[in-house]
Amino acid sequence: MKRYDCIIIGAGVTGCAAARELSRQNRSIAVLERRSDVCEGTSKANSGIVHAGFDAEPGTWKAGMNMAGNRMMEQLSKELDFPFRVNKTLVLAFEESEKEGLLKLFNRGKRNKVPGLSILDGDKVRELEPAVSDKVCAALYAPTGGIVCPFEMTIAYAENAYRNGVSFFLEHEVVRIVKKGIAGHTYQIETDKETFEAPIVVNAAGVYADVLHNMVSGQKLHITPRRGEYLLFDKSAGTMVSHTIFQLPGPNGKGVLITPTVHGNLLAGPTAMDIEDREGVDTTREGLDEIVEKARRSVPGLPLDRVITSFAGLRAHEAGRDFIIGECPDAEGFFDAAGIASPGLTGAPAIAVYLADLIEKRYPAGRKEGFVPERKGMIHLSDLSVPEKLRIIQSNPAYAEVICRCETVTEGEIIDAIQRPLGARTIDGIKRRTRAGMGRCQAGFCTPKIIDILARELNLRPEQVTKCKGDSALLTGRTGEAYEI
Amino acid sequence: MEKELICIGCPIGCSMTVFAEGEGEERRITVSGNTCKKGREYAVKEITNPTRIVTSTVRVRDGEAPVVPVKTQNDIPKDKIAECIREIKSICVQAPVRAGDCIIEDTAGTGVRVIATKSCGQKLHVKDRHDIIAEN
Amino acid sequence: MRYEIAIIGGGPAGLAAACAAKEAGCGSILILERDRDAGGILNQCIHNGFGLHTFGEELTGPEYAARYVDKARRQGIECRLNTMVVDISPDKVITAMSRREGLFTIEAEAVILAMGCRERSRGALSIPGFRPAGIYSAGTAQRLINIEGMMPGREVVILGSGDIGLIMARRMTLEGARVKLVAELMPYSGGLKRNIVQCLDDFGIPLRLSHTVIGIHGRERLTGVTVAETDHNRRPVPGTEERIDCDTLLLSVGLIPENELSRGMGLKMDPATGGPVVGENLETSADGVFACGNVLHVHDLVDYVSEEAASAGRNAVKYIKDRRSGKRESGRRVRLRAGKGVRYTVPGYLEPEHMDESAVIRFRVSNVYREAYVGICFDDICVKQQRKHVLAPGEMEQIRLLKKDIERYPGLSEITIRVEAGAGSNQAAL
Repeated sequence: MKRYDCIIIGAGVTGCAAARELSRQNRSIAVLERRSDVCEGTSKANSGIVHAGFDAEPGTWKAGMNMAGNRMMEQLSKELDFPFRVNKTLVLAFEESEKEGLLKLFNRGKRNKVPGLSILDGDKVRELEPAVSDKVCAALYAPTGGIVCPFEMTIAYAENAYRNGVSFFLEHEVVRIVKKGIAGHTYQIETDKETFEAPIVVNAAGVYADVLHNMVSGQKLHITPRRGEYLLFDKSAGTMVSHTIFQLPGPNGKGVLITPTVHGNLLAGPTAMDIEDREGVDTTREGLDEIVEKARRSVPGLPLDRVITSFAGLRAHEAGRDFIIGECPDAEGFFDAAGIASPGLTGAPAIAVYLADLIEKRYPAGRKEGFVPERKGMIHLSDLSVPEKLRIIQSNPAYAEVICRCETVTEGEIIDAIQRPLGARTIDGIKRRTRAGMGRCQAGFCTPKIIDILARELNLRPEQVTKCKGDSALLTGRTGEAYEI
Repeated sequence: MEKELICIGCPIGCSMTVFAEGEGEERRITVSGNTCKKGREYAVKEITNPTRIVTSTVRVRDGEAPVVPVKTQNDIPKDKIAECIREIKSICVQAPVRAGDCIIEDTAGTGVRVIATKSCGQKLHVKDRHDIIAEN
Repeated sequence: MRYEIAIIGGGPAGLAAACAAKEAGCGSILILERDRDAGGILNQCIHNGFGLHTFGEELTGPEYAARYVDKARRQGIECRLNTMVVDISPDKVITAMSRREGLFTIEAEAVILAMGCRERSRGALSIPGFRPAGIYSAGTAQRLINIEGMMPGREVVILGSGDIGLIMARRMTLEGARVKLVAELMPYSGGLKRNIVQCLDDFGIPLRLSHTVIGIHGRERLTGVTVAETDHNRRPVPGTEERIDCDTLLLSVGLIPENELSRGMGLKMDPATGGPVVGENLETSADGVFACGNVLHVHDLVDYVSEEAASAGRNAVKYIKDRRSGKRESGRRVRLRAGKGVRYTVPGYLEPEHMDESAVIRFRVSNVYREAYVGICFDDICVKQQRKHVLAPGEMEQIRLLKKDIERYPGLSEITIRVEAGAGSNQAAL
């Protein structure tokens, strides 16, 4: 049995952000994550948008956290060294009748205090974005909308939390939570490996947050996984648009958007399909076709021959349509961060600060001496100037050995990704930290080399190297083994 | 005996029927469906004595690479392929290996050699090898 | 560091270009190769069948490569291995990196691009489903098996019947894996007949034409795929879906010239080939920058790569000589147009004043044609028809144009290559 002052369940962006903010306080903290790495669920497969805040209903958690998170992002991205860019947002109207919808968003945005909103006419929109459809007659313009790398943001939070003393237990799936003691003040958390105990629990379990909540509370939650499929385009298409381009929102979400990513690709999606399967991150023919059809409405010249991959993520949609944030009324010390669907990535920094403050208020522990707010990100050689490159290569020649051609990722970066705190243990882990394998050849060339490096650095046999742990080994053995007796 | 074949001589890929009767000297073979002489020759060969070059890899001990590619120096009867592969897979050669080195003297009783098709040096202790082809 | 010619890529194209340039009198040549061996993709193509045109015998890939590597070595050509070129500037300054030498630059009078090609990935096909381990391009599997000595899987489905896919079907079978099926989207295979017979039929591996993979199953490791028949629009036919259990899916669905450096230089590209636009001397839109081999357009026979590359090497030497003597100037251009049934031509234009006695025009057709004609038109006049028993997209075609024929049409602006159903009546004598 392991005892902590506070246990956070889930190492997605919300859980990792909460871990970091709580690590400012004088408590022992552990994060439990069922997957083999941080950022393996909803946080890894979303639009990567920092929403301006005009979409959420005024007065909701979503609106409040969106606005607060948006305001924090710039400073945070510097402190934690992750890529963030204010690329500004447009919501397009294609017919006169849709202008009313734009106005509604505009007014909602005003009430949420979104700065700088304006409505542009079609010509002005095309001046800003020459690739948008001729049919566009107006657009809502939001200068505070931005884009972020969701992996790097989550990993940055996790690394900084780790640096500040938080323990991470990966591949620990929570199977049962039991309230202990008459006061109900301690929770025994059973995982598939060992049992933990803590008086404070933060439930940041994404699409499983309702399951965990319902283990301790009579006020039941119901989360529906809402699948969103995406198409990712080659970097040669990345400058096709510079703003994040939305269409008017429908009943199931903000609709299909087109956006550049912070790394220079172009992203289109998501669809919105409510499903039963909480692991249902498969893409579908219908979904991918739907993206194409809808995205082309905004940008007719979308270069479909430059799609490099497709993926799907699940948004944790709670029946009440809002975030569930705060202490469970009938389970003291059990704090929810549930139903964190969009704008969850934007809101995560604010949710984390709010929860940390709330927990400190309810169960004071005091501020910790020596908290380090900064985290230094990985060196990405291709982002550096020539003198910087020369300096890095001089100090470590492994930075001169290119492993992934498409994204120009070097062996030095891959070794760093493995050796860092909470380092990569899998091909996917390397990919999220370094971008190796994310380019146009989709890991065709670099897979054999990365298997080699992972095996060498982690002292594994090549056939023990996995894509994402579990049963995901990349190789089945040596050649010729089939003939050995 | 009658057999359907697709000719591999050119992209046309004629569908041919080969008909064989009799034994030994008496054996008569008729080919239909071919559109050229090469097709007929291929069909006769495929029905009387189909052969193939076999290529594979052999494990290397102390090599810069874990395996070295090999081939049968000449073609061998098709029905000996499995046995040939079993032999190739059962051995492990000591580095260095040079392209052309004999790996198996007589594979599957065919009298044909298996030879290395690429050189494989001995594993060096220094990770970085000499990177220049020209020695100057 | 300064060289007369710098060659990007030490595969069959780069090696042949280097050897030919040396023979044509070039003093200093440098090959920059990213892999640990020269020879490029040939090193992993351990099967035989290479070099019948060039050497009159059938070699394996490594043996074919070794012929050129040995020749380059004898000629004293310098080759830096494990070296990645990251940038080429328009004034031909090359920036490269290697563990040995760090980040460095090289200046060259002429540059020959010979980076080869890469494989189309699953993402590019947008095959829906999960994203488990066990999905490889055929070339990646080939490298794992033939170079690394590792098996990517045991029960295999292959999508695409290109030659690499067919070769890998046999290779994996001989390594004890079970290849259950090769599915091909098109109603015909893109691979050679010989490979269909010797790699599939010999081992009883079924080839299903007009079939594709429409679903991928398994969350961690692949557990199966759904295969369905496709209609003439290449869309799956409902009701024909079949689930096939497997732990490996190999993709052999096309090759793409690897032109990231070319694009970075701002070279004019041909969307049909995916490679740079070149004239008959294989020079790109950048002065003194040549391209050859699979980076220019995807070839099916390495012999033609070597031939094309040797020509690029000689032309680069000629370019340097002309430039030094001030003779260099561009001439009038005759455009080469891909007409009906032809997907592209390489080169994209000719300069009659500068061309040699003849020029080889390579092209691919866009469909399978039987008993058809390849027609050559000088502007509106059909000057030649060549009868072909069969034309297929998988087989590169070539014709030779003679300088003296072109000179007979002084005002010529365009030459069209097209596929014709039969002998035409307006055929001019040539």
